[in-house]
Amino acid sequence: MQALSVRHLLGIKDLTPADIQLIFETADNFKEVLSRTIKKVPSLRDITIANVFFENSTRTRLSFELAEKRLSADVINFSASGSSVKKGETLLDTVNNILAMKVDMIVMRHASAGAPHFLSRHIKANIVNAGDGTHEHPTQALLDSFSIREKLGEVGGKKIAIIGDILHSRVALSNIFALNKLGAEVMVCGPATLLPRHIADLGVKVELDVRKALAWCDVANVLRIQLERQQMKYFPSLREYTLYYGIDKKLLDSLNKEIVIMHPGPINRGVELSSDAADSHHSIILNQVENGVAIRMAVLYLLASKVS
Amino acid sequence: MQKRLIVPDQLLDIMIQRLAHQLIENHVDFSNSVILGLQPRGIFVSERLQQKLQAILGFPVRTGRLDITFHRDDFRRRESPIVANATHIDFHIENKRVILVDDVLYTGRSVRAALDAMIAYGRPASVELLVLIDRRYTRHLPIEAKYVGQYVNSLPAERVLVEWKNEETAANNIWLITKKEEN
Repeated sequence: MQALSVRHLLGIKDLTPADIQLIFETADNFKEVLSRTIKKVPSLRDITIANVFFENSTRTRLSFELAEKRLSADVINFSASGSSVKKGETLLDTVNNILAMKVDMIVMRHASAGAPHFLSRHIKANIVNAGDGTHEHPTQALLDSFSIREKLGEVGGKKIAIIGDILHSRVALSNIFALNKLGAEVMVCGPATLLPRHIADLGVKVELDVRKALAWCDVANVLRIQLERQQMKYFPSLREYTLYYGIDKKLLDSLNKEIVIMHPGPINRGVELSSDAADSHHSIILNQVENGVAIRMAVLYLLASKVS
Repeated sequence: MQKRLIVPDQLLDIMIQRLAHQLIENHVDFSNSVILGLQPRGIFVSERLQQKLQAILGFPVRTGRLDITFHRDDFRRRESPIVANATHIDFHIENKRVILVDDVLYTGRSVRAALDAMIAYGRPASVELLVLIDRRYTRHLPIEAKYVGQYVNSLPAERVLVEWKNEETAANNIWLITKKEEN
């Protein structure tokens, strides 16, 4: 019998490679459950989960909600817009009020890095980080690695390039941690202004030329330009970014090799990824979304066994 | 720990032979019958049964593997979660006569979970239960097996171990193990 080494999923940084393998193996089983006519199992029927979203989300929120319902948990949804947060309630008060209604687990997205870590020190419920500022987005990284494993057989030894806005991306950081733990080679690529300083200290290669990065890698994880997080201009114009860093079918064909294209969504079509590339046979973007539900079921299932 | 041999290798083979014949008596040509072995340990019994049936009948008998982990009623009552196994059923069970197969019938809770798990794949015409060992007077639920290899009277402190020949064990044997007194 195995169990996770953690009580909360705050970030990939805290997980061991064995934890990640256990999550993957459990997700394999849930993928099979999701292919049945009745896609529901009763495992979490005595658990109540609150999805607390202080920031906008489509995919992650729907994916978590579906995962919770497929596990038969009771689900309540909370979003900051239209709530008392607007009246000045603190994060801890908001969450404590939700917990007073006998909630066992919290899935939280917050615009501030470290918000779930802060909560984990003050409340008893198990916390799953669904994205905190520009810090981590662990379930996204897990489903990305899971999708690579599904497509290429394994993650270890594979070359993964993360391309785009690395500076503002929690997906990039969580992916780097996960891929490193699984033994993959990682490269980050983007304009110098969108690469964090000292990023190479995390054990990743740094490349400024997207063509060289694509020629090197087996898998390209293309990230969105996060205009909403950019307080200043990091490049002259979107058009110029697309010219130098945009990936289209022509560029992929010119590589003359098999390459896997991933994107955590939402895609800015025609900016970082052209439509013909996003919809080509290289792309596993929709597989990522499908695997997201299985991965989140696995995480919730494994953490639920630690609910006191 | 005491270990007592209750079914030796040779007898186990005869037992499976007998169970196969009992199944044929009721299912004749297996045209509408399927076998589901319960993960993790029931699949060893179902695979041997399948081999035996196919040897006698001379045609394939549909056999699948059913995992019950997510349907168990003791989740969160254990210290750590049970790691799931694969379910592999490559046929429809809708309107089929299903034979559930496990190694040991004890409290009946696994079989209850199996009935629950099985329904997710369709509505069978009927369900029967086959076990190698039926531990008598230990049931928590009103569940009984239709085909039984051997009845065993045992105490809660005892455990029945069905061992299959592999790299580590030399022969197929069924043991009754008495745990040490815990004080």
